[in-house]
Amino acid sequence: MHREFLMGNEAMAVGALAAGVGVVAGYPGTPSTEVLETVARRNPGHVYVEWSVNEKAGLEVAAGAAYAGARSLVTMKQVGLNVASDPLMSLSYIGVKGGMVVLVADDPGPISSQTEQDTRTFAAYAKLPILDPSTPQEAYEMMGEAFGLSEELGCPVIVRPTTRVDHGYADVEVADEKDWARREPEGFVRDPSRWVIFPALSVRAHAAIEARDAELAHRLSGYARNTLRQTAGPAARPSLGVATHGISATYVDEALREGDDVRVLRVATPYPFPDDLAERFLDGLDEVLCVEELDPVIERALVRVCGLTGRRVRIRGKLTGDVQPSGENTVASVSAALDRFLRRAPAATARTGTPPAVPTLPARPPVLCAGCPHRASFYAVKRAMRGRKALFCGDIGCYTLGNAQPLDMVDTCLCMGAGINIAQGVTRVEPDTKAFAFVGDSTFFASGITGVVNAFYNQADMTLVVLDNSTTAMTGHQPHPGTGRTMMGQVVEKVSIERVLLAIGLTTVETVDPLDLDAAVETVRRVADEPGVKAVVFRSPCVVLARPQARSSVDAERCVGCQRCVRELGCPALVPDPATGKAAIDAAQCTGCTLCEQICPTHAISGGERL
Amino acid sequence: MSEKNLAVSPSAPQGGVSVVLAGVGGQGIVLASKLLARAAMGRGLHVRTAETIGMAQRGGSVTSHVRIGDGASSPLVGAGRADALVALEPAEAARQLPFLRPGGVLVTSDAPVVPVSAMTGGPAYDLPAIMGYLRASVAPDRLVVVDAAAAEGTLGTARALNVVLLGAAVSVGALGPIGREDLLTAVRASVPERFRELDERALDLGSAATAKE
Repeated sequence: MHREFLMGNEAMAVGALAAGVGVVAGYPGTPSTEVLETVARRNPGHVYVEWSVNEKAGLEVAAGAAYAGARSLVTMKQVGLNVASDPLMSLSYIGVKGGMVVLVADDPGPISSQTEQDTRTFAAYAKLPILDPSTPQEAYEMMGEAFGLSEELGCPVIVRPTTRVDHGYADVEVADEKDWARREPEGFVRDPSRWVIFPALSVRAHAAIEARDAELAHRLSGYARNTLRQTAGPAARPSLGVATHGISATYVDEALREGDDVRVLRVATPYPFPDDLAERFLDGLDEVLCVEELDPVIERALVRVCGLTGRRVRIRGKLTGDVQPSGENTVASVSAALDRFLRRAPAATARTGTPPAVPTLPARPPVLCAGCPHRASFYAVKRAMRGRKALFCGDIGCYTLGNAQPLDMVDTCLCMGAGINIAQGVTRVEPDTKAFAFVGDSTFFASGITGVVNAFYNQADMTLVVLDNSTTAMTGHQPHPGTGRTMMGQVVEKVSIERVLLAIGLTTVETVDPLDLDAAVETVRRVADEPGVKAVVFRSPCVVLARPQARSSVDAERCVGCQRCVRELGCPALVPDPATGKAAIDAAQCTGCTLCEQICPTHAISGGERL
Repeated sequence: MSEKNLAVSPSAPQGGVSVVLAGVGGQGIVLASKLLARAAMGRGLHVRTAETIGMAQRGGSVTSHVRIGDGASSPLVGAGRADALVALEPAEAARQLPFLRPGGVLVTSDAPVVPVSAMTGGPAYDLPAIMGYLRASVAPDRLVVVDAAAAEGTLGTARALNVVLLGAAVSVGALGPIGREDLLTAVRASVPERFRELDERALDLGSAATAKE
């Protein structure tokens, strides 16, 4: 064993490698992405790693590997689990042979997600055991335990970190590479009565799962990570209890003070819930405060246990308004909740005296990078459709940021790939609207293609705009089928977006460089007026990956200070001089994309060179 | 050691320190946090951090929390509990100031990064008001303002501002048990070869900047 400085996601990857994982698949999504990347980076050579086309594909690949007896891992964020839920729900009934871990990263806040869904709730729905780590160290150790449990029970096990565990670094004690397990899988053994799902199998499997989980609930009461402890207060038997989990358990640790009299239950297996341990926790208590993020899972379980066992214990938490019902917990929010529950005075952290008035601070939402080709694409479509009734459906990726002023080019955004179908639905109601659906290259492959087939087959009238920057930018530049690179380091045949579209049956598929503004605007105008489903592919590399060739600069003599560039583009590299009002360019940010040069009415900007 | 040694006050956790790093996505906050954490690990200290990774890295407000020492259970620093706030941007210093404990040290750059929103209808960037607020909120002997333009001039790039600020923080004793040598070792261990010399210079420049005040 040795200590390493690791991000929680890295620690879980090393935990999987140490446990002898043989096949790893996943789809990028914050905050889960670094798990699979770390497996690839530290691959001792015999582990197969892939970025799958989406979470459903990844889960099925991992399931197949586990059918064949390998230990397998699939990684995703919480909304990715929605995409993978179809195979997961059935796999729960079919089960696995090799250990299979489904790593799903939840995102309280949410910080980088569409929803605040709770995978603990999903696990109960899918009837699959789930482990909920509190620290990177525990997350590392849980990976090995999850594989063991999965193999023993013959079903996938979910490991569910949250953002603060995923994206926190810590000193973690991990196994040396020489001690990593190496396993020889048995291979797939044909047995239709086991691997082919039919109602008759499902009848048997469901009954077996219910019996297994009832038994498991007893057993998990003895699992060392489900803990019961008492603070060192004056009372021998406290009447108050706190039930918590995950990262919130660390906030509770810090918020409790010497002299507090409280019993603390930490639940690491929210499903199956450790009822026996919960009963021991509840014995003699009058009141319990449940400190949880996302759903009140423990809170509902304790209410259930009280009801089933006839205990009169008041359970407080989200359902009673004692803990915030949504959003991320913080040390401060948990301290305040405990202050109220324990009827103690808040800790003195406030400054003395009258604090000075806080000035109005500038808003700083995330924005498209300076030189981002998506800015040019949105601007071209905006210009081409000026004065016309149009709908701009967005999708998931960096380009969702096209919603911000001054571009303001995202009318809808729902989930991966949805924009293409939303556009069709709106035009069924408003046929006189010019409908556009913007989709990134990775999203196109992940879940956009079926929407295009739907549109083409059902005779929709819409323009598909593929924003192809040849990477999965938002999550940190992962390869995808259009990039011609795999996570095993192979250079492979790229899947051509244009050829996919032509094969579906589209007859108009035009590719244009969005940074060539006139050509881009002209193409959009022409293509959008054709009937049926047609596509524009805007192709220009992500500026974070490409090295700028030159930078633009402003000729102050020529600049008249109209600020058209600033007002229309919203590029972070364009910073007007507060004294003169003339445009100026922050050389540290400019990539020389030339978009501002092309719209300057006095041709005052020059020097860029587009990629 | 500079003359202006703001030794951490006795209310700081024994042997440990909590630091909040603040700035704008792209300024290198995550790297600064890693350097600080590695420096702590190099001293054999327990460390936990919380990073902002994801959409906010595209020019949004970014913070890293670094907790060093055995008392650190949570990776997040509580409100009013940071021993030091190291800000690469003044408006972000003001935004995260509630994390700083009474008597804690604020080390901030004086160079604004004006967001697009301030030029397209959002709240304006009022630098004098923000600097005035910081000076009114933090006692002069607890405040270090780093001249970012001078640092950029000396180093020839704005990229190493994160390390300059860490150098300034360490030179006034704001990083608790972490010393300059610990940071230097961390830089050597974690920064790619081609940036190493630049970051070493940046670290020294940060220390020198505070000595001058």
